[in-house]
Amino acid sequence: MALLDVRDLTVEFPTRRGLLRAIDNVSFSIETGEILGVVGESGAGKSLTGASIIGLLDPPGRIVGGQILLDGKRIDNLSPERMRAVRGKQIGAIFQDPLTTLDPLASIGSQLTETIQTHLRLSDREARERAIKWLEEVGIPGARARIDAYPHEFSGGMRQRVVIALALCAEPRLVVADEPTTALDVSIQAQIIELLKRLAREHGMSVMLITHDMGVIAETADRVAVMYAGRIVEIGPVMDVVRHPKHPYSEGLMGSIPSLEHRVERLRQIDGAMPRLNAIPVGCPYNPRCPKVFDRCRVERPNLLDAGATQSACWLYDKVPAHV
Amino acid sequence: MSDVLEAAHVSRYFDVSKPWLQRVLTGGRRAVLRAVDDVSFAIPKATTLSLVGESGCGKSTVARLAVGLYEPTAGSIRFEGQPLSAARAQASLRRRMNMIFQDPYASLNPRWRVRDIVAEPLRAFKILNSPREITARVGELLTQVGLSPADGEKFPHEFSGGQRQRVSIARALSSTPDFLVCDEPTSALDVSVQAQILNLMRDLQQRLGLTYLFISHNLAVVRHMSDRLGVMYLGRIVEIGPGEDVFRTPRHPYTRLLLDAIPDLEMVGKPRTPVGGEVPSPLAPPPGCPFHPRCPLANDRCRVERPDYTVARDTLVACHAVEEGRS
Ligand SMILES: Nc1ncnc2c1ncn2[C@@H]1O[C@H](COP(=O)(O)OP(=O)(O)OP(=O)(O)O)[C@@H](O)[C@H]1O
Ligand SMILES: Nc1ncnc2c1ncn2[C@@H]1O[C@H](COP(=O)(O)OP(=O)(O)OP(=O)(O)O)[C@@H](O)[C@H]1O
Ligand code: SF4
Ligand code: SF4
Ligand SMILES: [Mg+2]
Ligand SMILES: [Mg+2]
Repeated sequence: MALLDVRDLTVEFPTRRGLLRAIDNVSFSIETGEILGVVGESGAGKSLTGASIIGLLDPPGRIVGGQILLDGKRIDNLSPERMRAVRGKQIGAIFQDPLTTLDPLASIGSQLTETIQTHLRLSDREARERAIKWLEEVGIPGARARIDAYPHEFSGGMRQRVVIALALCAEPRLVVADEPTTALDVSIQAQIIELLKRLAREHGMSVMLITHDMGVIAETADRVAVMYAGRIVEIGPVMDVVRHPKHPYSEGLMGSIPSLEHRVERLRQIDGAMPRLNAIPVGCPYNPRCPKVFDRCRVERPNLLDAGATQSACWLYDKVPAHV
Repeated sequence: MSDVLEAAHVSRYFDVSKPWLQRVLTGGRRAVLRAVDDVSFAIPKATTLSLVGESGCGKSTVARLAVGLYEPTAGSIRFEGQPLSAARAQASLRRRMNMIFQDPYASLNPRWRVRDIVAEPLRAFKILNSPREITARVGELLTQVGLSPADGEKFPHEFSGGQRQRVSIARALSSTPDFLVCDEPTSALDVSVQAQILNLMRDLQQRLGLTYLFISHNLAVVRHMSDRLGVMYLGRIVEIGPGEDVFRTPRHPYTRLLLDAIPDLEMVGKPRTPVGGEVPSPLAPPPGCPFHPRCPLANDRCRVERPDYTVARDTLVACHAVEEGRS
């Protein structure tokens, strides 16, 4: 049985301008010890999917359909207190915005020891030693001397590493990591990736890894899900999705990665912009930007279909002829 | 070509001592952190200087110094030939520089609608006056960064991370600055939107002659954007020169290791080479060359004598091995 099972998740925001559907029927699962990468257009719903799993969807956003199961038990309908217990011990969270996670008025050390002591029975001294160990683990130089510093005294990347340490120090079974390495240099990034992979391999920790960095995905993830306009448009083994994407959006995305080998005048980009949530086109949401669009795409919405090694929400992979 | 920004021997220290009372009680000593230590560079008009280096090496501190958000502890910074503080005192010069911050959320006022955030520089510097013109300009800016004019109605918390980053880019561009400091401007963007923003920045540079100080951990992006490239280590610039030269023939041992640590799409599952060794604490930087504890070429001289710059073609390198010709 998969550790995490997300079934038909749908999230909406009531606004003055009407209901906005930000997540539309998203399903996927993550096995014990598996790392699932999640990529996609900015605003596609990656962070909201993560927030739904850890039970921290900000109102007025709410889950209006589907289920989230951890170890076969539903966690999407727990009371706030019970969810708080699940969070931290079972599910750790690394947020996209390190500043919002850290308390600016408390020292780094006190935030770490408090989290550690909430989940593990340790004396103050033991908890402090463990906090220093975690800071070293995420590569903070001079951890012992700097543990009493406050968040504003750390650089952007150092704060991000503190957030990572906070998420991992309670040794959760699942970590939702939202852009954990974007503020980090390539060397620290390699260290964090090694740490996540080791925890997955040796302790069976599962990871939902949301990132824009395809290099990180290629190196870390077992499988990848590509999101566009609130839906998963392609999901499959990492190599197949990155090297041989089947969905036209995934193809465009992989084609926009700047190359380190040669400098070009203009980078390739996908023309146009993702539709606004209140103006998702009829049919396939990608159809206004898709170079391969055909008639059926403008009327019928494709669900995930088998496309060789991956599954792709695109009519190009429908083996049954259209009825249109 | 004239230099838009010129930094000469600039340093910035932070006092990070424990509070006085605690020092008396527990016997801690006064601690000074040299975030930026004797850094010099110039950025000619309509060019891009990029800074790269490990997290915590001082890039954001240089960025803040360059727009006058921090005063240098030592050294001087000039903007178009004038001392930066004097330039900042004149609204006509101040509006010509702007900054995109590393932390997009913290830099957006959560209580303002996005249209007011983007219009703020237009109003503050009285660049446009009629509400119609302001609305049109804000709509145009939002469209340029891949959002829509109707998004101006919303508040920052209604956006995703990458959408907020684009709001802060639109705001930074709204006063049509000539000098823009970009601290990790595209780190929260997917590669396609990133390409769109970088293409926009290059277009503006070619059309309007913008000058950029550009900071990013993504070396492929840096290669694409830079005319010149500076590599920082523990508060110092250890190598600076034309971007292509530094990428093709890195000379400083640290630059070489940094380029080896880049993630690669081809290497699925294979480990890359992280820069080995402990990152030294900036509170107690090693004597001599600060890189010596991790450097494969270090010798006795490196452990005691701080290297000066050696000129190698158009590049400056602070390394004894390069100077001695044994690199
Ligand atoms: N409080 C809110 N009210 C209305 N819409 C919202 C709110 N929060 C998020 N959204 C919308 O939901 C969509 C998905 O947001 P989400 O943060 O999940 O995107 P994302 O995929 O994480 O993007 P990024 O890569 O830029 O971080 C976005 O279009 C965003 O504008
Ligand atoms: N206000 C401050 N008070 C004390 N120390 C500071 C302050 N600002 C920065 N520092 C320290 O100065 C050093 C350089 O920080 P800076 O933010 O410039 O790094 P950076 O190169 O931008 O790193 P990153 O890539 O992680 O953003 C770090 O060791 C940091 O802890
Ligand atoms: S369904 Fe049609 S429009 Fe959508 S991605 Fe496939 S080909 Fe393009
Ligand atoms: S000066 Fe010495 S220690 Fe420093 S980088 Fe050069 S060879 Fe290495
Ligand atoms: Mg996000
Ligand atoms: Mg920084």
